[in-house]
Amino acid sequence: MGRYLLRRIFLMAPTLIIVTFLVFLLLFLSPGDPVLMLVPVDEVAQLTDEDMERLRAKLGLDRPIYVQYADWLLQVLQGDLGRSIHQRRPVVDLLAARFPVTLELALLSVLLASVLAIPIGIYTAVRPGGIGDFIGNIVALMGVSAPNFWVALILIVVFAVQLKWLPAGGFVRISEDPTRHVERMILPVITLSTALMAVTMRLTRSSMLEVLNEDYVRTARSKGLGQRRIVFVHALKNALIPVVTTVGLQIGRILGGTIVIELIFSFPGMGKLLLDAIFARDFPVVQGSVLLITLAFMGINLLVDLTYAFIDPRIRYAS
Amino acid sequence: MLRESAVDSLRDKQSIADSATYAMTGEATVSAFLLFARRFFARPLPRFAFVLLILVILGALFAPIISPYDPIKPDFSAARQAPSAAHLLGTDDIGRDVLSRILYGARVSLLAALIPLSISISVGIPLGLISGLLKGWTDDLIMRLLDALLAFPRIILIIAIAGILGPSLLNALVAIGVVGIAPLARLTRGLTLSASEEDYVLAARALGSSNWRIMLSHILPNITAAIIVTISLDIGGIILAEATLSFLGLGIQPPNPSWGSMVAVGNRYIQTAPWISLAPGTAIFLTVMSINLLGDGLRDALDPYLRNR
Repeated sequence: MGRYLLRRIFLMAPTLIIVTFLVFLLLFLSPGDPVLMLVPVDEVAQLTDEDMERLRAKLGLDRPIYVQYADWLLQVLQGDLGRSIHQRRPVVDLLAARFPVTLELALLSVLLASVLAIPIGIYTAVRPGGIGDFIGNIVALMGVSAPNFWVALILIVVFAVQLKWLPAGGFVRISEDPTRHVERMILPVITLSTALMAVTMRLTRSSMLEVLNEDYVRTARSKGLGQRRIVFVHALKNALIPVVTTVGLQIGRILGGTIVIELIFSFPGMGKLLLDAIFARDFPVVQGSVLLITLAFMGINLLVDLTYAFIDPRIRYAS
Repeated sequence: MLRESAVDSLRDKQSIADSATYAMTGEATVSAFLLFARRFFARPLPRFAFVLLILVILGALFAPIISPYDPIKPDFSAARQAPSAAHLLGTDDIGRDVLSRILYGARVSLLAALIPLSISISVGIPLGLISGLLKGWTDDLIMRLLDALLAFPRIILIIAIAGILGPSLLNALVAIGVVGIAPLARLTRGLTLSASEEDYVLAARALGSSNWRIMLSHILPNITAAIIVTISLDIGGIILAEATLSFLGLGIQPPNPSWGSMVAVGNRYIQTAPWISLAPGTAIFLTVMSINLLGDGLRDALDPYLRNR
């Protein structure tokens, strides 16, 4: 197990290097000079070429791209992600302030989606072709097809504007006021979980249907076991393996979805940070955010792989 | 007559998937295609989706003729009017007719499906074919690169590329297309790998066919149906990606209408004039849903074994 873990972590390195270098290259090639973004608009005209060169040299942007990248990589290995050009603060501080917000949104959404979708998926698999099955299919189709910003706006119109049950947006830290924190989490979390719920529901259903056709389920039936025991003790564990994989992979989609949702509900998370940094050409922040999101995504996938061993004792990570 | 019925009974014995494959690859007799069409339109949901999608396409094509108002020229005296007989879906923040903008916006959404798809297909499928047929170090190199791309949350990669290239519709579509290469190449590679183990490839090889010929005239026709089904299920996601980028301001630039950017504008008036964003949002939803339904219908008609999945 320990060796497997080490090997997996070691294998993450090339992927991280390729992804960060790709973003580095794109930033390097892209139009839009970060130096110009630093200077107030009315002063741009007064800048001489020498001023520009000086600013560029100060930021280290005058060096060849591979030198800049190697330099950045060496610093990252020492835990230093550089300073934001725009906000003039260490990137690490910015990420540390924003990441927990996004992570909380993502994890709560996955939790809500799983808690609702897995039982519904099981129910529709046990009674295929029924009315529950039909409704489940329609809901799943709608969940996959609806853009999450549209879902968010409908929820705001219904629950914030019309019914006035919940606030339309804004973020309050849990340390400031737990009740208001939870209130403001409800609509974003529901929005993010809809698409995930649709996928999880469909998958649980098909996976369960498949398992219920296995020989050992027939054996259990012929032993005279009750339906409840067959479904929950014999079938469920086996049916959940593909579901866990997909839920893990979907967390990546959720991390992407939070960008839009944070914008609509004005949450100070990673998505808002990345988007603002892209528009402001704040290279160090873009790089740092991309690195952290990739790392989080890969870490989650590793966790997913490890949970297999708990669900299915046949899977062992020996070598 | 006799020969035809013999062909038909032969077809009946084959799986529907096979005959549908003939239909998709153009080696078909008319009857195989009709069989596929009959299967496809037998169920109500694909039929409904088909009609809805035709309406969207007609709306996009004939937008200049059927739009009641100019989609771009502002009319400040008519700003933020609720839906009425004059403006069926109301007007936006600077008095433009929402219905007219939705009709023109349909053009962007349909374009958004075509351009990224042609990029992903023209690069992804050849890469997958080469990777799966040549194997060895070519395969390793291509797959390691693609794995790195797949290790990253898709929409964030799209946003990063589109944002870095600079906000414009073309850049957004290129970003979506480029990111779509990796999954398509991987699918094609998998299909190619399993097809290349088949007897007909062995036979072609024994007859001295070149890799090039095996790839194009033996493997490609046999994996086309599976690729088409996957692509048809991806189109909805591609349209959603464009809408998301436009919503974030990384896609089409004002004053040109796209459904995503219309929702973004309406977002500011959600409390007082919700129709500005809800109408285009609903257009996105209905279009993507029809495309997903069509994809499901296509898959079911091509492969009855996959039904109920």
